[in-house]
Amino acid sequence: MAHNVEKDDVTGIETTGHEWDGIKELNNPLPRWWLWTFYACIIWAVGYWVVYPTWPLISSHTKGMIGYSSRQDVVDKIAEAKAAQAQYLDRIEVASLADIRADTELLNFSLAGGKSAFAVNCSQCHGQGAQGFVGYPNLNDDDWIWGGTPEEISATIHYGIRSAHDDTRYSVMPAFGKDGLLERQQINQVVEYVLKISGQEHDEATASEGQTVFAEQCSSCHGDTGQGLHDLGAPRLSDAIWLYGGDRQALRETVTNARFGVMPDWTNRLDEATIKQLAIYVHSLGGGE
Amino acid sequence: MDQASQAASQANVSSANVETIDVDAVNKKEERSLYKARVKIYPKRAKGVFRKLKWLVMAATLAVYYLAPWIRWDRGPNAPDQAILIDFPARRFYFFFIEIWPEEVYYLTGLLIIAALGLFLVTSLAGRVWCGYTCPQTVWTDLFIWVERLVEGDRSARIRLDKAPLSVNKIARKTTKHVLWILIGMATGGAWIFYFADAPTLLVDLFTFQAPIVAYSTVAILAGCTYVFGGMMREQVCTYMCPWPRIQGALVDEESLIVSYKDDRGEQRAPFRKNMDWDTRGDCIDCNQCVAVCPMGIDIRDGQQLECIHCALCIDACDEVMTRINRPLNLISYDTYVNHERRAAGQPEQKPRIFRARTVIYAALIAIVGLIMLAALITRSTLDINILHDRNPLFVKLSDGGIRNGYTIKILNKQHEIRRFEIAIEGLENALISVVGQEGTSGLTVPADRLAQFRVFVSVPAANAPDGREDFNFVVTDLADGNRAINDTVFRGPEQ
Ligand code: SF4
Ligand code: SF4
Repeated sequence: MAHNVEKDDVTGIETTGHEWDGIKELNNPLPRWWLWTFYACIIWAVGYWVVYPTWPLISSHTKGMIGYSSRQDVVDKIAEAKAAQAQYLDRIEVASLADIRADTELLNFSLAGGKSAFAVNCSQCHGQGAQGFVGYPNLNDDDWIWGGTPEEISATIHYGIRSAHDDTRYSVMPAFGKDGLLERQQINQVVEYVLKISGQEHDEATASEGQTVFAEQCSSCHGDTGQGLHDLGAPRLSDAIWLYGGDRQALRETVTNARFGVMPDWTNRLDEATIKQLAIYVHSLGGGE
Repeated sequence: MDQASQAASQANVSSANVETIDVDAVNKKEERSLYKARVKIYPKRAKGVFRKLKWLVMAATLAVYYLAPWIRWDRGPNAPDQAILIDFPARRFYFFFIEIWPEEVYYLTGLLIIAALGLFLVTSLAGRVWCGYTCPQTVWTDLFIWVERLVEGDRSARIRLDKAPLSVNKIARKTTKHVLWILIGMATGGAWIFYFADAPTLLVDLFTFQAPIVAYSTVAILAGCTYVFGGMMREQVCTYMCPWPRIQGALVDEESLIVSYKDDRGEQRAPFRKNMDWDTRGDCIDCNQCVAVCPMGIDIRDGQQLECIHCALCIDACDEVMTRINRPLNLISYDTYVNHERRAAGQPEQKPRIFRARTVIYAALIAIVGLIMLAALITRSTLDINILHDRNPLFVKLSDGGIRNGYTIKILNKQHEIRRFEIAIEGLENALISVVGQEGTSGLTVPADRLAQFRVFVSVPAANAPDGREDFNFVVTDLADGNRAINDTVFRGPEQ
């Protein structure tokens, strides 16, 4: 306010007219170096507008002289990363799983690549650490329903289980109770027998009756001693690992209504190199069977 | 004005005969400035013991700085042969026989603690020794002043040259001086980068323009800083920018030896005259030699001042004067405040005490930290292991009911040769151990000076499965020399 200039008594310098509890702000000139820096920044900004994309327009924006674009930057970076990976991916594409595993470089690349592919595609069902849930197998253990070699794992990933693919791994367990194939009594007996062969608490008398039922109804798939059969995806019953639970209640439910777990096929969704990396990674989790 | 003259001037006023008084308003508006532009200082050349000492210290410190990266140190075929090297890409710091990995930066912390305590000790003994003799700001400013004196002459010649109108001579001298300064600056920045790469290789790269951009920009920035700090800003760096003078003020006490003027002996100062009686006056002949040599532009006779860096050049200047007028030396000298007080009270001086609580405690602390570091260095193992227990899943149930845990084990081989290790466990009953991708547990190969990572499975039968958790140790043994590293970790199982 030019008409109302107030001067400070002590310094003789104008005040800005701002006052806080009696303390007034002096209107000292800005330091010269500060001003110069300020002007330099303004000039810099003008130069920046010319060189780089800056001003928004109605449907686009000014492009700048050197044609820089941060989107293009990302595209380039991704392409660069892809190109860097290509030398490994190309080799993985054509190599056999055994060869990949024998080559430290390819093995390490596959483990890392498989890990991230797993997180994106598989972890939703199998869990982030592949620890599984009821109905979704734990991939860290040594029990593999359809086989745990890298090749078998690869086949499972390719075609899925009970999936829509023609080559899918397929088998059906009869719903013994629901479809009236076994009496309730017989179901109780066979359940007791399965408890026995899996080393759990059981009633000996009922179990020995169940043995006959098992031999007639179950052993063709699950094996004479319940050792399971990979070709049919028949789980081993004589161990401690249960996909749907191994207690009396869960077993009764399984025998009565059967189970029908599905895993999608990935041949058409993932490329060959990714599936190989996944197979190697999954196999590495628990070392297969 | 006394009352009589006031009355008189009133009388003058009343008689309309106004007298003009010759008076200057000391606090007039123009002189009430809050900011004062720097007045250039022209330090005069000093001669004497302390000046000589300072030349020696300068030569030594500059030699260490410029030559240290060129010292070679044989570490065998798999490691650099530069004695002092900060290798960022490989994340190693080499110092003669010491090699430090990134996780061992506590050695650096120890060094810094020792350096700080060392400064405390020296300062409590003899004031700002660091500032006066060894601080890079002092050393390079001294070097720059030396160049300035070489090109433009001593104090009075320099003042004359600055006042003289522009001439070929003036331009030539000023240009020469600045070119020399910039060259020194570039050499300073240039030497710095040799600490971060193999010096001989980098030197060739630097001149064939093969060196990385960051090398050139570092040289440029440091050259600029050296030029501006040593040539232009000089004492302002110490007075306004550096926090150290403030800290040091708290470190000296009344028994510290600090550069001071004996005013009891020097006052009343008066100009020198032939055949005068020294008993009725002080020894200071007010020749201002001490002021002329002072690089900080202060007068030591005003007493202790924040600006004084204790460079002791005023001692040299005054001693020279005292010799010439045949009076005892040490009118300005390293002296304690205690003695200053004692002289004022008419008591005899006492010898400065070197062993006082303060200095003994500092020395003891230095010794303790030094011993700890030495012990750490001597017992530094060239084998280290890191163990990561799988978190997801924490444990895996196997088909036979057993429990298996997965671990990632990192083995750090800090020797410059390839080593083979065996891995074992202790403290877990009936446990089986297997290394992914390996036959057995005794062929773990780690390349020279590297870290290798292994996946290890430990499984226990159902009967031995712990309830919740159990602690145990991994033992990694060097197959060649039997060196062992033991690390504790945990085995998890289902809560029963
Ligand atoms: S007063 Fe003396 S000791 Fe202090 S800075 Fe000046 S010359 Fe150096
Ligand atoms: S140099 Fe010595 S004699 Fe000369 S003014 Fe300084 S204190 Fe006094």
